[in-house]
Amino acid sequence: MTMPSKQTVQIHVNGVLHQRDVEPRTTLVDFLRDELALTGTHVGCEHGVCGACSVLLNDEPVRSCCMFAVQADGMQVTTVEGLAPERGCLSKIQDSFCEKHALQCGYCTPGMLIACHALVAHTPHPSEAQVREAISSNLCRCTGYQQIVDAVMHATALPGAQP
Amino acid sequence: MSDAAPFRYIGKHRRAVEHKRFVVGQGHYAADIHRQGMLHVALVASPYASAKILSIDASQALAMPGVHAVVTGAELRAATDPVLPGVDAPQVTRFPMASDVARYAGEWVAAVVAETRALAEDAAELVMVEYEQTAHIIDPEAALHSDAPLVHPAHGSNLIFDRKFVWGPVEEDFAQCDHQLSYRVRWARNATVPIETFAVACEWNDATEVLDVWASIQMPKFPDQLAKALRLPGNGVRVHFDVDVGGSYGVKRGLKHSIMVGYLAKKLGRPVRFVEDRLENMRGGDMQGPDRMFDVTLGFQNDGTLRTMRMRALDDIGAYSGRSPLQLGKPVGAIVGPYRIQSVEYHAMAVMTHKTPQEAVRGFGQAPTNYALETGIDKVARFLKMDRIELRRRNLIGKDEFPYLIPSGTHYDSGDYATVMDKALNAAPLTHIVQERDRLRAQGMLAGIGISTCLEPSGGNSSFEPLFNPKNQTTTWMDSCLVRVDLSGTVTALMATSTSGQAHETLVSTVVAEILHRAPDSIRVIHADSLNALPSNSPVGSRMAIMLGGAAAGAAKKFANSCCKLRRTT
Repeated sequence: MTMPSKQTVQIHVNGVLHQRDVEPRTTLVDFLRDELALTGTHVGCEHGVCGACSVLLNDEPVRSCCMFAVQADGMQVTTVEGLAPERGCLSKIQDSFCEKHALQCGYCTPGMLIACHALVAHTPHPSEAQVREAISSNLCRCTGYQQIVDAVMHATALPGAQP
Repeated sequence: MSDAAPFRYIGKHRRAVEHKRFVVGQGHYAADIHRQGMLHVALVASPYASAKILSIDASQALAMPGVHAVVTGAELRAATDPVLPGVDAPQVTRFPMASDVARYAGEWVAAVVAETRALAEDAAELVMVEYEQTAHIIDPEAALHSDAPLVHPAHGSNLIFDRKFVWGPVEEDFAQCDHQLSYRVRWARNATVPIETFAVACEWNDATEVLDVWASIQMPKFPDQLAKALRLPGNGVRVHFDVDVGGSYGVKRGLKHSIMVGYLAKKLGRPVRFVEDRLENMRGGDMQGPDRMFDVTLGFQNDGTLRTMRMRALDDIGAYSGRSPLQLGKPVGAIVGPYRIQSVEYHAMAVMTHKTPQEAVRGFGQAPTNYALETGIDKVARFLKMDRIELRRRNLIGKDEFPYLIPSGTHYDSGDYATVMDKALNAAPLTHIVQERDRLRAQGMLAGIGISTCLEPSGGNSSFEPLFNPKNQTTTWMDSCLVRVDLSGTVTALMATSTSGQAHETLVSTVVAEILHRAPDSIRVIHADSLNALPSNSPVGSRMAIMLGGAAAGAAKKFANSCCKLRRTT
């Protein structure tokens, strides 16, 4: 077995440009966690089913375990660490997750937040059915999902509406 | 509590302390642990359920640059002590890896240690293992036959636990019943499958002779058992409990993983980490739960009154025994569920087969037992042509009957089961789902509504341990909390267990704040390590609100009382 040769990639992650030499087989999630120490993105099923590793790639949610870092060359990646508007703050959805107890062990949470942020980016006031559809891509073993739906409805309710 | 002052913080809405770090991606899981010079592990696993291991050739793997070691089961067996089963079966020994024979498909045969996990996986593919397949047995009933292949020949049988309990006049009660119904029900092997696989990192220090351990565990007495298996003194292992566990639901045991990684870290003098991939997790990790065959006979009257029960539970624990046979023990504490059944015969049997070993799964054996009992209640209702809800109501222990002594010796302390059932039926609501069922059936679809009660013991005292193993001298399952006040007057509470989503920091800070009249968010709660905190029995058996909450309140009260004394004397 020969050692795979490395390739240079340039990836914007949470607004910062990173250049690294990586093996072509390095997955995007391993790149984020091992090269950039962004451990908020989690590895779950490793075959695209659970959604724990979800990140935004050019603003669209993708499974970072199912693509290689070299495929993200030149692209924009947002991880859970990049969702808050600024350091020390929470996004509305992050805040609602805390308020509505939309998590327990927290392991699926980064992927859930990515799915919810992606939804709200194009549907600012989703229906409950749209929220359920958006998070149907992600597995949570603790909550039973109801509080996650509640959190997104709470975060996106129109002014004056009963959340 | 009726005459106590109302709580200020307990039972009130409060954001969980832990949530903030999780929503910003600052959780601290075992796979996030990085130590300088850390090496990584990949496993070679048996593809056969039953096989002799004839030879292992690791020369090609070891020749790869970046590969530090290939360790076999034989090496590990010589250097560690076995983990013994929860029941009295000293010949059923268990080591992290197979040495002479493999007893289930997925059992670890060799561990490869390399600079990266990817490299370790490359090298694992080059480890050549020669097997000779041997006869296997996977049917628990067939495993009881005298000619069945033996999973552990030294034990002499595949039966590892067999005890018949008789509580009350079962024979007489059956003789006096109008009817009896017998049935078989199967609880198929189940798993809770946390999104996080098991992960552990270990680092050995030659100078201090301490093994530091970070692991995604939910395991009673983990530090003690790990030290014992590694032949280290109890204070030679420091388990760090400030590791967030990405879900457990009972299964994050990880003793074999941690013994293996602890051994590798000590052998190589380098930090070593093992993070299961999903395949390692599902076939050879601590992931699979009860797998039971129930044969039940219920004795009852024409009016639906349940009188007595015979239950034989045959549990297929797989190839090794951890705490799995004890999962037949917990249901002893609630063997009749919420019903007035006055006598019971319970025949608990645990059998070994060539399957992945069974480990603790949420409910610790109670859920299968509830399922077996509830299946029977439906059968009795059908037999008597009685409404299944009415039948249940008729047999529920009444709210004026508590404390209620069940035949197996448990006192149910309190309850109002009829009200709980009303609330559940109204919450559904039943009338609505019946209409929905009928609508679907009218369209030619199949639809049905399941009705079930469920009674589960909490407080997790493991009193079934000595019941199932007379040599086990466990008498109590304490928990503890250390409350400190610093010179600036702020309060810190230490607990000695990791958390897999139960929000113990929130629990402890709320309770301590209540007692000490402080703002809950001002109380810092630390997950200490096994060398600097008081002991804990870990968050199993729905026990922490009772046990850790009680310990935190007790510690805070002790402190509050001594402060008052001080004030009085100055």
